[in-house]
Amino acid sequence: MGIPLTWYLTLSAVLFSIGVMGVLFRSNLIIILMSVELMLNAVNITLIAFAQFMGDVSGQILVFFVISVAAAEAAIGLAIVIAIFRNKLTIDVNNIKLFRH
Amino acid sequence: MFPEVFFIVSSVVAVFAALAMLISRSPVQSALWLILVMLCVAGLYVTLSADFIAVVQVLVYAGAIMVLFLFVIMLLNLGAVPQLEKIDFKKGLGFVLLTVILAQLVYITSTTSTALSSKVIENPETGSALKIAEELFTRYLLPFEMIGILLLVATVGAVILAKRTFE
Repeated sequence: MGIPLTWYLTLSAVLFSIGVMGVLFRSNLIIILMSVELMLNAVNITLIAFAQFMGDVSGQILVFFVISVAAAEAAIGLAIVIAIFRNKLTIDVNNIKLFRH
Repeated sequence: MFPEVFFIVSSVVAVFAALAMLISRSPVQSALWLILVMLCVAGLYVTLSADFIAVVQVLVYAGAIMVLFLFVIMLLNLGAVPQLEKIDFKKGLGFVLLTVILAQLVYITSTTSTALSSKVIENPETGSALKIAEELFTRYLLPFEMIGILLLVATVGAVILAKRTFE
């Protein structure tokens, strides 16, 4: 195993930035949710890399919890998307103005 | 030699697939690209000898969560958008913010990585399901139970949110 820690951290930073780009630039609600999942994945890479380089198992358990919370978040987020689509007939965030006047 | 090549191939594919997810016009295509990203990340976990988490990644992320996304996309009958959004002033500001975040992360990465050991600590048990289960059911038992409650609440909440019609 000769892969340096820096490679993992850099890859994680790049994937996280792509996720941020998706949240900022796209206006489709489902794509925004998928970008959030991508960001969670980038953070998971960091956690696993640190855990293995420290020889500790706690980081992997934290990743296990993050994956569970991501599953719950996806279920709730998609339910909200369905509820919005049923009322507004769109999932474009530029057309959803619940609080804007 | 082989782990380095494997790492480089999977990380290049992951970054390419993430960018393709970002710029594809059809949501179904985006979801399929994201599944490819998840599989590449699972491969990276294998290079870190975190086998159990790699299997969980494939099963839960690529298997369950992405199928849920695809299911909702098909349910809402979303087609491809005719064209991507234009880059206006606000998006340009977002791009500046993004560059700052990436520069910060890379800077922190390059300056602090000397604090840890430069090699993976050779411990064949770390990453096996046995070791994780041992810790999970002793030291992290209470968080584990709370995750169970969280998933129950999320299930109930998703059903209520998807059934209810607002005014």
